[in-house]
Amino acid sequence: MIKTLKRGLTALSLSAALVSTATLADTLKIGAVAPKTGPLAGGATVTQWPTVKLWVEQVNARGGIKVDGKMMPVELIEYDDQTNPGETIKAVQRLATQDKADFIVAPYGTGLNIAAAPIFSRYGYPQIAVSAITDQVADLSSKFPGMFFTLGSTSTFAEDAVKVLADLRDKGEIGNKVAMVNVADAFGIELAAAAKPIFENANFELVYETSYPLGTQDLSPVVKAAKAANPDAFVAWSYPPDTFGLTEQAIIEDLNVKAFYTAVATSFPAYGGRFGAKVNNVLGAGGVHADSAAYQEYAKAHMDLTGQAPDFWASATTYASLQILEQSIEAVGNDRKAVTAHLKEASFDTILGPISFNGNNFNEAFWTVGQWQDGVFHGVAARGRDGAKEVRVKDGWN
Amino acid sequence: MDILITGILLGGTYALIAMGLNLQYGVARIMNLANGEMLVAGGFAAFWFYVNQALSPLLTWVLVAPVAFLLNWLIYQIILRPLVKRAKNRGMLERDSILATFGLSFIGVGVMLASFGGDYFSYSFAATPVVIFGDTFGLNRVLSFVAAVILCGAVYLWMHFTRIGMAMRALAVEPRSAGLVGIKVSKLAAIAFALGGTITAVGGSLISTYLTLDASTGVVFTLKALIIVIMGGVGDIRGTIIAALMLGIIETLVASLIDPGLTLAAAYLLFILILLFRPQGLFGRVRS
Repeated sequence: MIKTLKRGLTALSLSAALVSTATLADTLKIGAVAPKTGPLAGGATVTQWPTVKLWVEQVNARGGIKVDGKMMPVELIEYDDQTNPGETIKAVQRLATQDKADFIVAPYGTGLNIAAAPIFSRYGYPQIAVSAITDQVADLSSKFPGMFFTLGSTSTFAEDAVKVLADLRDKGEIGNKVAMVNVADAFGIELAAAAKPIFENANFELVYETSYPLGTQDLSPVVKAAKAANPDAFVAWSYPPDTFGLTEQAIIEDLNVKAFYTAVATSFPAYGGRFGAKVNNVLGAGGVHADSAAYQEYAKAHMDLTGQAPDFWASATTYASLQILEQSIEAVGNDRKAVTAHLKEASFDTILGPISFNGNNFNEAFWTVGQWQDGVFHGVAARGRDGAKEVRVKDGWN
Repeated sequence: MDILITGILLGGTYALIAMGLNLQYGVARIMNLANGEMLVAGGFAAFWFYVNQALSPLLTWVLVAPVAFLLNWLIYQIILRPLVKRAKNRGMLERDSILATFGLSFIGVGVMLASFGGDYFSYSFAATPVVIFGDTFGLNRVLSFVAAVILCGAVYLWMHFTRIGMAMRALAVEPRSAGLVGIKVSKLAAIAFALGGTITAVGGSLISTYLTLDASTGVVFTLKALIIVIMGGVGDIRGTIIAALMLGIIETLVASLIDPGLTLAAAYLLFILILLFRPQGLFGRVRS
C-alpha cells in the first residue's frame, strides 16, 4: 500500500515536473531594461514601466501572443539600469545570455538607447526605440539594422515648435521676439543648436539665450533675465525638474508671454496636476490625439491597472511599440531575425494609428507639439497624424 | 539688490541642506552619505500630508521631526555604533562610516521606491509672488528661508547657550578629552546624529514646496551638503551658514551677471579656492 502510494507520488511529481517544463517552454520571455533609480527614473516611472506592465497584463489576459497557432503567455523580466549606460548594457547582455529572453523592450532615454544599440545588434534583438529622439537616425540604423525609431527626430521637434510660433505671428497674434533657454545636457544642447538657425531663418529675433546646468536649484535668475528682455514667446528645451521649476518661476515672476513652451515632462499628468488652470495654453514637446477612442481606452486601462494616468506623449507611443512587437511576432513567429525583417516592411495597426518604418527604420508619423487646453494636453502639431487641435494664445497665468 | 536677495534666499536653501550633515559629521563624526535620502524622505512626508490630508508643509515638521529623530537615533544605535566602537582612530571611523552610509543610501532609495514609486512628487504650495524692495520672489522660497533662519538660529543658540550644547561643541573639538571631563560621548553622539537627521528631514519638507523631487534625487543634495560643510569648516554652525550664503550669492551673481551655465563652475571654483587657502574650512580649526 505504502509502496503504491510512493510510486504514485513519484509519478505525480515526475508529471508535475514535466508540466512545469512544458509551461516554461510555452511562455514568451520578454526582457525590459529601464531606470527605476537615477536621474531618469522619474520619467521612466511615468512613461515606460506602467505601460510595459499594462501591455503584459493585457496580453496574458487574452491568453498570450499567438505563435505558430499556439497561444504563448508573456513572462516579463525587469531590470533597473540605474540610469547608467554601463548597467543598461550589462542588463541587456544578461537578458540575452542568462535569461535567454525571446525579445527585449527598448531602454528608456536617448543616451541609454544608443548605448545599448550595439549589444541589441550583437545578439540580434530588434530594438524598437521610443524615448530616443535624435538626428542620427540614418547613421544609427545603418550601423544597427535592428534599431527602429518611433517618436521623431530632434530637428522635426525644433522645426515644428518654431512653426507653431511662426503661424501665430503670421496671424498677428504674437510678436517677433523669442527668449530661448536650454538645459546643458545632451538633449537640451542638441535641440537648442537645431532650433537657433530655424528661428533665425523664420525671421524671429532671439532676445535672450542661455543654458543652465542640469539640476539647477534656483531658476529665478533665468526667468528674470528672460523677462527683462521682454519677449513675446518663451521657449525652453528643458528636462523634467527644470520644466517644473521654470514654469513655477514664470508664474511667480508673471512672465507675460503669449506663447510659453517647455519640453520634456510638460505632457506629464503631474504637470497639469500641479499647476492646474494656471498652465492653460502652455505649449510643450509631444502630444497625442487625446480625444481619439483608442487613446482614451488605453488611458483608462492604464489608470485602472496602475492607478496613475499615462503621459500625453511617449506613453502611448511606448504602448504602440509593444503592439508592433506583438503583431510582428504573431505574423512571423518567435524568430528575432524574421521579426526584424518584418518590421522593415509591414505596416502595423496601433493606438496612434498605422505605423510603418521607412528605409532608415524611422516612423514618419508622430506628434511634435502639444498644448494644455482645459486640463488636457492635446497635440497641436504633428507629422502625418490627424486630430491636431487649433493652437491657442496664452493669456496670463490665471 | 534683487541679486543679493535671490542669492540669500538660495543660501537659505543650502543651509537647510547642509546644517544636518554638519552636526552628523562635525559632532558625531559620521560622514553620512545617506543625508540626501533623509532629505527626500522629509520631502515625501510633506508631499503626502499635503496631497492626502491637506496639511500645510509648514506644519508637517511637527510630525516629521519626532519620527526622523527616532529613526536616525535607531540608525545610529544599530548600524553606526558598532563602527564607532571598533574604530581605532578617526580615519578608520570615517572610512567605515562612509562605506556604511553609502550602502544605507541605496537602502533609502529602495525603500522609498518600494513605498512611494519612482514618480516625481511635485505639488504647488505658496507659489505666489511677494514683493521685497520692488522685486518679486516666490513666497514658498521666502517662507522656507524664514524657517531656515529660525532653525539655524535655534541650533546656534542651543549649541552656545545650553549645557548639552556646550558638551556637543566639546565633542566636536576633541572627542577623547570630552570623555575625560565627564561627557557621555556615545549618548551625545547619538543625539547629535539623530538631531542632524531631523534637521535634514525638516529641511526636505520645506524644500519640497519649490523643488521637484523623486526617490533618486537624494545624491544631488548629499553632494551639495558635503561641499558646504567642508567649505564652512567641519563642526561649526556659523561656518555652514556663511558658506551656504556665500554659495547662494555667488551662484546667483554669476547666473544673473555672467551666464546661468557657469553657476556650477563658479561654485566649484569657490570650493577649490577655499580648499587651497583655508583647507580646514572658513571656521574650521587646524587639527593638531
